[in-house]
Amino acid sequence: MQIKPILSALRRHKAGTFLIAMQIALTLAIVCNALFIIEQRLAHLSEPSGVDEANIFVVQNEWVGSSTAEQADAKIREDLRVLRELPGVQDATPSNSYPLRGGGWDDAVKLKPDQLQDSSGATIYFADDHFLDTLGLKLAAGRNFRAEEITPMNVRDRLGPPVVMVTKALADKLFPGEDAVGRTLYLIGGPSTIVGVVDLLQAQSVDRWASAFAYRSVIVPKRLAISLGAFYIVRARPGQLQAAMRAAPTALFQHNPRRIINEDDGVLSFAEVRARAYERDRGMAILMGVICVVLLAITAAGIVGLTSFWVGQRRRQIGVRRALGATRQDILQYFLTENLLISCGGALVGTVLAVAINLWLVTRFEMHRLSLMYVLGGVVILLLLGQGAVLAPAMRASRVPPVEATRSV
Amino acid sequence: MSGMFVHNLRLGAFSLRRNPLLTALMIMSIGFGVAASMVTYAVFRAVSGDPIPQKSSQLFVPQIDNRGPQYNRQGEPPDALNYTDAVALMRAHRAPHQTLLFQVGMSVMPDDAHKMPFKALGYATTVDFFSMFDVPFQYGGSWSAEQDEAREPVVVISRALNQKLFGGENSVGRRMTLDDRQYRIVGVTENWDPKPRFFDMFSGNAYARPSQVYIPFNYAVDQKIDTYGNNNCGSDGKRGDNWDSWLRGECVWISAWVELNTADQVQAYRQYLDGYAQDQRNSGRFNWAPNNRLRDVHAWLEHEHAVPPESRISLSLALGFLVICLVNTVGLLLAKFMRRAPEIGVRRALGASRADIYRQFLAEAAMVGLAGGALGLLLTGLGMFGVGMVFEPQIAMLAHLDLSLVFLTLLLAVTATVLAAFYPTWRAAQVQPAWQLKSN
Repeated sequence: MQIKPILSALRRHKAGTFLIAMQIALTLAIVCNALFIIEQRLAHLSEPSGVDEANIFVVQNEWVGSSTAEQADAKIREDLRVLRELPGVQDATPSNSYPLRGGGWDDAVKLKPDQLQDSSGATIYFADDHFLDTLGLKLAAGRNFRAEEITPMNVRDRLGPPVVMVTKALADKLFPGEDAVGRTLYLIGGPSTIVGVVDLLQAQSVDRWASAFAYRSVIVPKRLAISLGAFYIVRARPGQLQAAMRAAPTALFQHNPRRIINEDDGVLSFAEVRARAYERDRGMAILMGVICVVLLAITAAGIVGLTSFWVGQRRRQIGVRRALGATRQDILQYFLTENLLISCGGALVGTVLAVAINLWLVTRFEMHRLSLMYVLGGVVILLLLGQGAVLAPAMRASRVPPVEATRSV
Repeated sequence: MSGMFVHNLRLGAFSLRRNPLLTALMIMSIGFGVAASMVTYAVFRAVSGDPIPQKSSQLFVPQIDNRGPQYNRQGEPPDALNYTDAVALMRAHRAPHQTLLFQVGMSVMPDDAHKMPFKALGYATTVDFFSMFDVPFQYGGSWSAEQDEAREPVVVISRALNQKLFGGENSVGRRMTLDDRQYRIVGVTENWDPKPRFFDMFSGNAYARPSQVYIPFNYAVDQKIDTYGNNNCGSDGKRGDNWDSWLRGECVWISAWVELNTADQVQAYRQYLDGYAQDQRNSGRFNWAPNNRLRDVHAWLEHEHAVPPESRISLSLALGFLVICLVNTVGLLLAKFMRRAPEIGVRRALGASRADIYRQFLAEAAMVGLAGGALGLLLTGLGMFGVGMVFEPQIAMLAHLDLSLVFLTLLLAVTATVLAAFYPTWRAAQVQPAWQLKSN
């Protein structure tokens, strides 16, 4: 196939050529970045939580009126007994928070009491001896808390329990390459000995500001004994999640009505917790997906429209070429090659644009650098799209009979 | 002239019917482009609006660095004040108006024993809150400065809470129980819920549900009512281990606002803040140079990232999308107009001027734009249902299709299409009458 006649024909259709190339360039730039955003968001929302999500739900229990720490602690222990006795419930644990909650108590972890800078930030999870079993966590090393180690904690008490558990991510940060069990870390209230290392447990916030200490948590042997209330994390027996979610608040109210469990979001399955935590990520992925699909469809439609116009304009020339011996195949090839040339030009400009848009997003929104794979993928998609879109008008062109050469337009 | 215009529109409509495929492609292209821009714009408009336009340049957030360069975040002072600094600013009374606030969450016990207790969220604040933020009242008004000083248990409730508890009647003077304490109602606000809730960005309540109760700051502190919102202690703060040492500690949890009406007042207040920080340095509490901020509502919302980055990114990409749709439309219009070169030649030969050709083809483009706008409006309407899938419910709730958006959609569609039509029309007007006649 000779390129030269195609180029000289394109020179006579500067505007159309330019428009198609522009459209391909812009589409490439936006589709690359949209696909990249989709990939980033999907990667974020598929990070594992480490807990038995299918069977877990969370009750946010708030007390009515004020009570002393002792009273609040006694009420919590009674509630736990009520919950654990429910037939559909495997286990329950009280905490100040839970993974993917969206925020809560994050604090500094140090290795020496007089250290100026933190060794790391970490999510603080309150736990009793049922915490591991309820959430379905695995110990990577060491042991679980013993029942006698769990103590109540009031709102202003200083946090410095004698023993703590940490997540493996935190252990690796604090003691890289070493065994963390038996080592000491410092919370705000003093030294704590690490007795256990939990394999995998996601932080309470998955927002960008908390990404510096994602997966790093300190699990403290405390019950949150404040008049405000606490969260009960409950693990239902397999297949009984819905039933247990209905039974739990009813049983709690029956036992002690002086409490508030919000009707809208007082009881949340972990699936709902996950959906809430990643709302923005999922939404962005959907939006970018829709934009990509519609954009590609519109670009394809534009190519079909303009190429049809060119074919209509050139019926006579095509007839002449056919009369002079060009085969249908030649005519088809001509239009496909012409589109390929324009698309390549557009793709070249589009690559530059894609990188430029990405750089703007990086500086403006702290996004990551676009990997070249996405640009390459985008180029391939658009070249195929161009060839696909041009196929129908090109087929029509190839069916122009040689006799057309003798007709006036 | 108007007769000519109608004639042009008729010609346009006729021509559009002649090439249904090209016409449909153009209308779809414009419709989708406009709809994508409008839906994302509706969300952006909802989250980037000025929550208190009449006063946003007179309300300021004083921030004081009580952490020092070693512990503050990239040189920025914390986003709220500790009790010591908050009360000092209040006592100094250097602004015409100033207020302090922190979030409270209290259980409401309905008098009717069959009704379940529920949580009411709101603020412990000082008397100027209501006048500074232009809070409208349905009944009664705010408590007085004397009542605040005297630590009286009074409460202002929202219209919605008044409806729930008292069936909407004037409840001023009646008593209600919040967390085992009796309060006397002094006012009922109208529905008032500025979005974003600029005055409580610190506790992440920008798009939270409307607040329901307001109680006096001094009474709340006296009763040791804890904040229901955030507190931030930094990594070295003296935090305190009981209520009194908590109040003396360096954790920040109180939002402060001052109203300053002139540039001089702003300047004077900055000086006062620096002087205050210098005093703290001299007394040994701070061992660093004064590092304060005084941001107005706009600067504060910018600093707090009130507009979610998702909203900006999607609006930018949707505008890019619209540009592509327009490039597409230029191409399709070009194809459509040039296909009619013979017709143009005939018209020109019969005496039509270039201006006539311009008018005819631009009218035709305007019709395409109008049709595209109608489709865009339909798609925008559909898209508004989809907003809930893309943005959080609190934000999706704010975006809505109103008359101004309808108008803007149509205007954008028509303007964009007519702009896109200029080049194809110019090309059409260049057609030489003689050449076309000859070739035929």
